[in-house]
Amino acid sequence: MISLENVSFAVKKKELVREVSAEFAPGKMHLILGPNGAGKSTLVRLISGELAPSTGAIHFDGTNLRDLSLLQQARRRAVLSQNLELTFPLSVGEVVMLGRYPHFTDRPRAEDLAIREEAMRLFGVLAMQDRNYLTLSGGEKQRVQFARVFAQIWTAVADRPRLLLLDEPLTFLDIFYQYDLMRKIRDFMSGNPGLTVIGVVHDINIAAKFADQILLLRNGTVFAHGDPRTVLTEKSILEVFRVVIQDRFEIN
Amino acid sequence: MRGGRSAGIYLVLVVLLFLLALASVIFGAVEITVGEIGSALAHALSGETLASLNERIFLQIRLPRVIMGIFVGATLTIGGVLLQALFRNPIVEPGLVGTSSGAAFGASLYFVLGAAFGIELGEWGLPLAACIGGMVSTTLVFYLARSRDSGRSSVIALLLTGVAVNALFLSGVGFLSYIARDPQARSITFWNLGTLSGAYWGAVGIVGAVTGIGLWLSLRYAKQLNALMLGEQEAQLLGVSLGQLKLKVLAVNVVMVAVATAFVGVIAFVGLIVPHFLRMLNGSDNRFLLGAGALTGAIVLTASDLAARLLVSPAELPLGIVTSVIGTPIFILLLRRTNYLF
Repeated sequence: MISLENVSFAVKKKELVREVSAEFAPGKMHLILGPNGAGKSTLVRLISGELAPSTGAIHFDGTNLRDLSLLQQARRRAVLSQNLELTFPLSVGEVVMLGRYPHFTDRPRAEDLAIREEAMRLFGVLAMQDRNYLTLSGGEKQRVQFARVFAQIWTAVADRPRLLLLDEPLTFLDIFYQYDLMRKIRDFMSGNPGLTVIGVVHDINIAAKFADQILLLRNGTVFAHGDPRTVLTEKSILEVFRVVIQDRFEIN
Repeated sequence: MRGGRSAGIYLVLVVLLFLLALASVIFGAVEITVGEIGSALAHALSGETLASLNERIFLQIRLPRVIMGIFVGATLTIGGVLLQALFRNPIVEPGLVGTSSGAAFGASLYFVLGAAFGIELGEWGLPLAACIGGMVSTTLVFYLARSRDSGRSSVIALLLTGVAVNALFLSGVGFLSYIARDPQARSITFWNLGTLSGAYWGAVGIVGAVTGIGLWLSLRYAKQLNALMLGEQEAQLLGVSLGQLKLKVLAVNVVMVAVATAFVGVIAFVGLIVPHFLRMLNGSDNRFLLGAGALTGAIVLTASDLAARLLVSPAELPLGIVTSVIGTPIFILLLRRTNYLF
């Protein structure tokens, strides 16, 4: 579905991502782990097309990302990120509709309106659809953005595979909503076999629990890639994170 | 969003604009009756010569003036909506990125030096000079505000560069007034204060065409500008190609504002306040802001022009002074209110 061929990315001669090659199998959840500065976010932003690789190539469903227009990408790829502010007031319903923008030209079609409603229902924000986004609490804003991002890739366009990228969406959520979001993504994947998820989360426990595949990064290169059980070993965590794991917490 | 509410707002605005426009053609140094308006229109449509002096005042002075006010008010507001959406900043207006001061400099240059160099373009000279001035200054602001590293410009850099370039061009205007002979200096002053008093049908046609095309193009960009409310990065993830959008929106804005400014002079605050007011009323969907903004801008300018003519009748105040005097307190009031609750 997504394949990286010797992808490097450098800013002012400093290589943030170095010679990364990886295949991300379709229909699976791939989570990227690594210490700060390992290049996780950069890798996600390369796959989302925000950054262009300095060398190497990224293929999306067999096509070089370079050859897809921003709009073509937007119809099949969405990015879930941290809380977003809005410059101007919009109602919750209007914010969620922004997610459907790549799919219609002038006015939202019946399909877009229906998808918006379902997405708002999934994240429990349907009742507040006429409220001003700027007056919501941080957690409510986050859920509205989740509904918007899901609405963007709610259905397949011409049966082509879809991609959901996670750019540390859990950072400002409390533990209940962290698990809630991961479960919702899992449920959504089981109803949509054409959806691949690639992303960065910070919590190793959450990654181990929800991922099909783990990509472990260190200093911009791939340290290990595969099944969580084989990748997340005591040895690899010690080497990559410089942390000794214990199987239970000691409380004085 | 709430379609019903928007429709209601549109209806109120259209009625209000019609009533104000009617009042504006009736009242002035000479009062014109509704009967005279009717007979003037009937004569004009049937191709007969106009019977009375009042009919001629209505058809050749009042009516073009009122219609010009409607187009200019619409244009300035559309310009404000476009720039605020593009820079994701509610205090941006055409004046702040150099368009108005550049246009003023171009016009002043034409007043003072046009004749000296034997440049004679008839009625096209002034608008052309202002248009070129506006484009030069706006381009200069955007060129200078670009960061050397990324080639992109931040809003802060843009606004500060705007302040600097404005100062430069306005001192240029000041210098030209200083060296100008008396009548030229008066033209510059008058034009810098803004007025609809020179409106004639030819100018109304040009400004009207530019306003119409500009509004049509702006509405086409409204959706992409909405996506921009999430930030540049998110807008790109929604398929908006920013470079193209910026270029198109700026080009539309500069042409619209420079052409309008060329004919009526500098009129401040309309493009700044009207979008604010509408956002508080019904949110910031740019499609709504552009459509309702064009109507509200027309209303504000028509009302201001009526006030400019009636306050010191039979003389009149410069329109730019009226909009600034009304606009400043309203703007400060808007700023002090809580942020955008609707």
